[in-house]
Amino acid sequence: MSDTDRPNDGLVIAGQTYHSRLLVGTGKYRDLDETRAAVEASGAEIITVAIRRTNIGQNPDEPNLLDVLPADRYTYLPNTAGCYNAQDAIRTCRLARELLDGHKLVKLEVLGDEKTLYPDVVQTLEAAEILVADGFDVMVYTSDDPILAKRLEELGCVAVMPLAAPIGSGLGIQNRYNILEIVENASVPILVDAGVGTASDAAIAMELGCDGVLMNTAIAAAKNPVLMAGAMKKAIEAGREAFLAGRMPRRRYASASSPVEGTFF
Amino acid sequence: MEITLNGTPRDVPDGLTAAALLDHLEMSGQRLAMEVNGEIVPRSEHARHTVNPGDRVEIVRAIGGG
Repeated sequence: MSDTDRPNDGLVIAGQTYHSRLLVGTGKYRDLDETRAAVEASGAEIITVAIRRTNIGQNPDEPNLLDVLPADRYTYLPNTAGCYNAQDAIRTCRLARELLDGHKLVKLEVLGDEKTLYPDVVQTLEAAEILVADGFDVMVYTSDDPILAKRLEELGCVAVMPLAAPIGSGLGIQNRYNILEIVENASVPILVDAGVGTASDAAIAMELGCDGVLMNTAIAAAKNPVLMAGAMKKAIEAGREAFLAGRMPRRRYASASSPVEGTFF
Repeated sequence: MEITLNGTPRDVPDGLTAAALLDHLEMSGQRLAMEVNGEIVPRSEHARHTVNPGDRVEIVRAIGGG
């Protein structure tokens, strides 16, 4: 059973329903062919893009990311990666809106430190408030602090995306009790964003009740990115189904699976 | 006239509109967004907006990112 077999289990973000709960980045791939192949294998419908200066004088016929991953198949999620203050992040979102013809959905991230790429939560809160007032649908990258996640939700963000571990670290979920606390308190979708390393990390996020996972490096930096993209797709679906199914309680001691009565020895 | 284009000084013909500047750079028709002196120049204004000497022009696009 896949997500498409459960029409009522869609991921709703800003009023839009998505069948895939895996969101992927488009950075760090060898070339655009590999990007396209990996994104297709992931089954993702929402893909992040970065906004950067155009190379003046480049060949105008050079393939463009937006042509390779067209808007009629994917929902773009322009990010504010590389921004270290609220002002740069807001400016980036406004340029993205102009670039993408009035597009409102953005991923807000304001970084605080180059070594950890941890979010600067003070600047993030400031930027979120201004962007929401400016009409953006803000999916916000934040630390795994439950109080802060709630505050961002109250500010009007359409999804809150706590990190599992530092961006690009592949360390997996470092504090699953914080993620659980955030999920249980939320009334907007909670997506783990950053820090996933392999399929089991993604499954754990979904088993905790997260609404989705956003990842880039875990796929792009795999030895075989396209194969890993497919693995992530399955892990997200498996984790979601396990969450919906409800896991058995943990026990300290064994419990026999075969009947103890009727033995003949 | 000299403008600062994506952070680099550059000589361009005098009195260009934003649309003419993009044409001059062989970038017409590409998916991009333009900012002049920190203010976005919407696509609908490209034909009317005149670029002045010393303007700081940023032209951005979408690329791969996470």
